[in-house]
Amino acid sequence: MGTEIGRVRGLGSAGHGAQHWWHHKLTAGSNFLLLVWLLTSIATLPSYDHATVRIWLQSAWVAVPMVLFIASVFYHFRLGLQVVIEDYAHKESRFVLTVLVTVFTFATAGTAIFSILKVAFGAAA
Amino acid sequence: MASKPARPRSPHLFSGPMQIHYRWSPAMTVSIVHRVTGTGMATVGTLLLVWWLAAIAAGPGAYGVFLDVFTTSTGSLNILGWVVGVGLTWSVFQHMMSGIRHLVLDTGAAFELKVNRRLAVLTFVASIALTVAFWLFLGIK
Repeated sequence: MGTEIGRVRGLGSAGHGAQHWWHHKLTAGSNFLLLVWLLTSIATLPSYDHATVRIWLQSAWVAVPMVLFIASVFYHFRLGLQVVIEDYAHKESRFVLTVLVTVFTFATAGTAIFSILKVAFGAAA
Repeated sequence: MASKPARPRSPHLFSGPMQIHYRWSPAMTVSIVHRVTGTGMATVGTLLLVWWLAAIAAGPGAYGVFLDVFTTSTGSLNILGWVVGVGLTWSVFQHMMSGIRHLVLDTGAAFELKVNRRLAVLTFVASIALTVAFWLFLGIK
């Protein structure tokens, strides 16, 4: 039988209550702040040739917010794509698409963060 | 039992040859555009961002390949560069504006018909204005 709270805990949308929704809202806020920085920073660059962009990305003042940007935006779009998949795909295709989106998110995020750190740590091209 | 009484019409948007049971509203447009811009940025935008970052890390040769796809030999944007550039920046601004609208609606505000409609239209006005301002700034700086 258990207690009343014990019977309802873990139920709801996907067994996680409002966590998905709340994380989507939190990352929407951090995305907004990081995007205002990124758009301003890119728009004010003197030019967009390799040397200029590389020196720009090498600075800790750019590399750190850029890594945070990747983490925040990629987590946000992973949550969003999951909602889209759950709305339109069912049964096996829902499972397969969710796994593919998760793999896509980690693969692209890993490549992006590695690239930023490689430039920031000054490795030869 | 066999006769069908008059029932409320289906809440489905499409029935038969694309019949719309609800009158289309700006809120519906904002909703689907939020989803389309979000999905577009998450897929096409993500691949372009990762390609750009990886090209910077890989060196001038790889970065030159990236630039060649979107620019002419004189260094200005080609047609693809304009389409992708304006498309992505507008998507960012539109998704940002409708995202802010979502945060407002989450508080329980702006569900009155007139205010709701005005706020929905405002997201498009703001996103277009911000996109134009962004590219004008890039052009004249």
